[in-house]
Order: sequence, then structure tokens, then C-alpha cells
Amino acid sequence: MVPLVRLRSVVCLLGRFPALAGVDLDVARGEIVLLTGPNGAGKTTLLRVLAGLLAVHRGQVEVLGQDLTIDRRAHRRGLALVGHDTFCYDDLTTRENLRFAARASGRDLATADVALERLGLTAQADVTHGRLSAGQRRRLAIAVALARDPHLLLLDEPHAGLDASGRVLLDEIVAGAPAEGRTVLLASHELDLTRPLATREVAVVGGRASALLAPSLLEQPAAIPEPAT
Amino acid sequence: MSLAGEVMLIAGKDLRVEARSRVTVSQVLPFGAIVLLLFAFALDPDRGRLTAVAPGLFWVAVLLAALLAIGRSFGIEQQNGARDGLRLSGIDGAAVFLGKTVAIGVQLLLLEVVLGLGVAALYGVEVTSVPILVLAGLAATAGLAATGTLFGVLAAGLRTRETLLPLLLLPVITPVMLGATRAFESGLGGEASEAWPWIALLGLFAVLYLSVGVLAFGPLWEDT
Repeated sequence: MVPLVRLRSVVCLLGRFPALAGVDLDVARGEIVLLTGPNGAGKTTLLRVLAGLLAVHRGQVEVLGQDLTIDRRAHRRGLALVGHDTFCYDDLTTRENLRFAARASGRDLATADVALERLGLTAQADVTHGRLSAGQRRRLAIAVALARDPHLLLLDEPHAGLDASGRVLLDEIVAGAPAEGRTVLLASHELDLTRPLATREVAVVGGRASALLAPSLLEQPAAIPEPAT
Repeated sequence: MSLAGEVMLIAGKDLRVEARSRVTVSQVLPFGAIVLLLFAFALDPDRGRLTAVAPGLFWVAVLLAALLAIGRSFGIEQQNGARDGLRLSGIDGAAVFLGKTVAIGVQLLLLEVVLGLGVAALYGVEVTSVPILVLAGLAATAGLAATGTLFGVLAAGLRTRETLLPLLLLPVITPVMLGATRAFESGLGGEASEAWPWIALLGLFAVLYLSVGVLAFGPLWEDT
């Protein structure tokens, strides 16, 4: 079975700085992989490389069956990234931002409405993004990711800015992801919150990481159903 | 979703953002009107000259206001990493280009109607051929919006985008300014038959930059 994510000797330069200086990583379908490491270790860069937002300078990157050294766009409709930004428009309402994200990703409007309810944003549905609180924006960023109905969910410090109920909600989403046919890569410093959720932990240090899976382990998550496209 | 569907999605989103923010109505339109008013004050002693140069002044006012609209179109993508969100959605670069061109074009048409009324009131021009004005206006708007969108994305990711955009765009847009001014001269009291070569030039320019934009915008959108 081919892993959902497969990186070999990946080098990514930001300017002249090697943000990734040799990453080898396999992720099987249905895993929840926690990326740990100090600030500047390369966790955010790694997630942006997987999303196809950054080009690699050396190495092999395959995500969702696509070779990203050839095409960084084709796999994007199968993934969602919750990053430091919300990817939303200040002058659109919560509902409009979600519906735009869903339609732009080829999903129907019902997916957006489900994400709105799931993140507890129904009361803010008609409030513009610019008038939401920081915590509500964080919830919206997660809802936008779910509105894309991704096979691969990339989360960069997702607990930051969330209140207690938001954190519980996020933990439920992450823990339930494999059952929904999603695979999760999660970068976090809040290890007490995220370690219990993860099925595996990968340390990124100085832009380097090595976490390959034995072929036998790649077979295990195969029982998880393929998500519908 | 089809290409046309993606184009309408992007155009609808941009127009909704502009309608909600009211930047076009509260800033771009007044800016164009102020430019026209300043020209009127500067040339007022010679009313005949004002009427003669009205087409050129109109298109200069449209162009200067267009710079604001184009900058704004890419400025909203810088908010909250929206551009990354749009890239992650997997929408084709050509659809983003055409969608933004449509949205900018609609705003420019609105601007031209209002400024046209202002020119008629302030400069005392006589309209002799409405079809020529409409055709020249549509072709020039398409060329201006397409070129603006293409050069807008070049400047979008840079901190100096506000100053770089006019520097890149103004030299390239010269044929549109020339053709639109000459065609409008014909429609505002001139010889109507002289307008058609200029309208053809405007149409050719619009088709050229729409084609170049469809091909080139995607890589620029990804990598600038």
C-alpha cells in the first residue's frame, strides 16, 4: 500500500535558509501524526510543503498519490490546512466565507452548513469576519477546513486562541477524523493536549526529521474506508 | 465545477466584498470625480479647450481610479492569508484571472457611467454616437481590466505593490488610452467613421491580454 504522504530527503529553502534540510516521512491513511519540535524547527514549512504552497528544492514529495515536484496543485482539493491565518475575507460573513470555501473546493453548500453548526458558529453566521473575536475566527478557520471535506487535514497549532469548549470541540474533530476517512498531521507545542490524540509522534529538529513506516504498518489502516471524492 | 462556474464564483465573491466594504463607492468613485473636477478648474478659462480634451481627461480619470480598484482587488487577497486559501481550493489560475477581470470590469463600467455623466455636466460635451461610446467603452474596459489583473498579480506579493503597479501598468496600457480617447473623440462630435479602427485596436488589445492572462496568470499566482 502506498502511504498517503511520502517524503524522501526533502530540502526546502526560504531565501538561502534551509527551512527543511532533509526530511524523510511516511504517513499512512487514517493516522494522526503529531509533529513536535522547537520554534523554527520547520514544522510550519513542512505543512506548507505538503499543502503545495511551497516548492521543494530537492527530494521527493508525494501527497495523496500526486508527485508534488511535478504538480503542486492537483492534490489540493483533497486536503485542508488550518494555519496561522484564517484564509477568510473580512467583509464576508461567517456563512459566506464557509460557503465560498466549500464551493471553491468543489463541495456543496450543505458541507459548509454542517461545518458551521459543528463548530458552534450558528449564532455568528451573519457576522462579518472582521467583527469576530480571535477565538471565533479560530473556530471559523477550522470550520473552513471541514467545509472542504478533506482527506488530509493539516493543522498548525490549532489549539492556539481557542477557549476550553473550542479545544474540546477540536479534540473531538481530530480524534474522530480517522473514522471519517481523514488523515491528520498536527504541529503543536501543546503536547499535553495533543499527545493523547496522536497515533504517532514525529520530532522535527533543525529542519530534519526521519519517520518512515515499515511496509507492514502501512497495511494496518487499510480497514478505514476510502473517503468519497 | 466548470471554468465558467469558477469564474462567476470568484467575480461574485470580489463584487460582494466590494459592495460590503463600499470602497468603490466611497473612495474610487469620488477619486475619479475629483480628478475630473481638478481638470475642469485648471482649464476652465478656455471652455473650448476643455470640450476638445474631454475624452482624454475622461480616460485619464478612469485609469487613475482603475489603479485603486486593481490594487484593492489584490489587497483583499492579502488579508488573513486569503490568497493561500484560494490557492488551496484548487481553483484554476485562469478562473481566478477571469473572475477578477470580470469584477474589476464591472466596477470600471460603473465608474465610467458616473464619470461620463460628470464629463457631460462639467465639460459641456455633445454626444453624437452612443453606439461608438458604448462599444469603445466596453472594449477599453475589457483591455484595462485584463491588463490590470495581469500586472496586479505581479505586484501583489510585494511590499512595494502600491507604487510598483502604476509603474508596470501605465506604459503597457498606452494603446488603450490612445484608442479609447480617439474613439471617444469620434463619438463626441467627431467623424463617426474614424472610430472603427480605434475600436478594432481596443478589441484586439483586449483579446491579446485576455489570452495572455489566461495562460500566464496561473504560474504568477502560484509563485509571486
